[in-house]
Amino acid sequence: MAIKVSVKTVRGPLAQKVKEMSGEDPNLCFQCGLCAGSCPMTGEMEIFTRKVMHMLQLGLADTVITQRMAYLCASCHTCQVRCPRGIDIPKVVEALRLITLRAGENYLAPEAIPKDRLKEMPQAAVVAGLRKFTG
Amino acid sequence: MTIGYYPGCTLKTKARNLEDSALACLKALGIEAEELPRWNCCGAVFSLADDDLIHHVAPVRDLIRAKDAGHDRLTTLCSMCYNTLARANLLMREDEEKRKTLNMFMDEETDYAGEVEVVHYLDLLRTEIGWDGLRQKVKKPLEGLRVAGYYGCTLLRPSEVAIEAPETPTLFNDFLAAIGAEVVEFPESTVCCSSYQVLSAENAALEASAKVLKGATVRKIEALATSCPVCEYNLGRRQGDVRAKFEGVGEIPTFYFTQLLAVALGLPLEDLGLNLNEKASEELLRSRNLIAAA
Repeated sequence: MAIKVSVKTVRGPLAQKVKEMSGEDPNLCFQCGLCAGSCPMTGEMEIFTRKVMHMLQLGLADTVITQRMAYLCASCHTCQVRCPRGIDIPKVVEALRLITLRAGENYLAPEAIPKDRLKEMPQAAVVAGLRKFTG
Repeated sequence: MTIGYYPGCTLKTKARNLEDSALACLKALGIEAEELPRWNCCGAVFSLADDDLIHHVAPVRDLIRAKDAGHDRLTTLCSMCYNTLARANLLMREDEEKRKTLNMFMDEETDYAGEVEVVHYLDLLRTEIGWDGLRQKVKKPLEGLRVAGYYGCTLLRPSEVAIEAPETPTLFNDFLAAIGAEVVEFPESTVCCSSYQVLSAENAALEASAKVLKGATVRKIEALATSCPVCEYNLGRRQGDVRAKFEGVGEIPTFYFTQLLAVALGLPLEDLGLNLNEKASEELLRSRNLIAAA
């Protein structure tokens, strides 16, 4: 897939927003892939963390926020403790999630959680999930 | 010795077995845990966005309650509560601007600057009782039981609130050795079980849990000990679903580490709350004569 890279998108408002909200600079990433290799939730991801960082470097934040990747993150912070460049990747991923959630698009409707599951699930899981998946 | 105690929501209902066993053990060990007179849900996850201060209000309010109650230390059991409270505490200590804003927002409350120390129960055992001290209090060692501790994520990551070095922890092994169990090396002990993802991405979540459980099966681990109700749910309650979907996952009873501690300290069966565990957990303890036969 050909991608168009321009100064306009690399320095665009969405890329800036991700930086501001996360306090992290995706440009520090040198693409070693240790994050993706350590991620426990890659099973259903279309793109992995390493690629997300690369796309952010290329100013493709608008494409990245349409991916499920940010919503499959379990905030386990394994990538964060292992990143040789010291990037707090979960913060970048949280910013990607929040940009969509704050626009009023919930990822998970609370009523979509099966009632029998809700009854047995620990509150900590429900609270954490709704914090991550709703605006 | 008295310490402030923050239970968190899950421990009052679905993880009652974690709270009951833990408090009974503290009593037996001579530590008085004083539950905060008022507390609220900590929010379960620490807010990671720089411009999202409102979600820090809940955990900081709990910390203020601890300060108001005169505690300089606050202990918790649930790993997610520990992480959220410890990170919020660190924020109040280190970020002057956010501290000011949060204190101003909660102007009806006492000002807070991170005066309280958040201590996880495992750490409390290590520092207050010590492993040698604990060994001396054991009445019924878990001899021959191959147990592995499962840290999960939030006790170890991020490193600034980790109860130990995130990639090389030994605390669970030290604890299990002290209560007489046969400690098994378990590399998956720090691999995420999928946490709250079980809410929305069930397949990927079960796959992550399967990875942990397969590791335990290969190493012939007979019991897993955890401190997190979400890990317990994913690896224990949902284990049947994992087994049905993935090959190579054996039946591995799960426990809260405090339940195993209660067994080792010879506490009465009702303190264990085994009715909230999967049946296999109680059966394992009975088959090893660690609790009385039914």
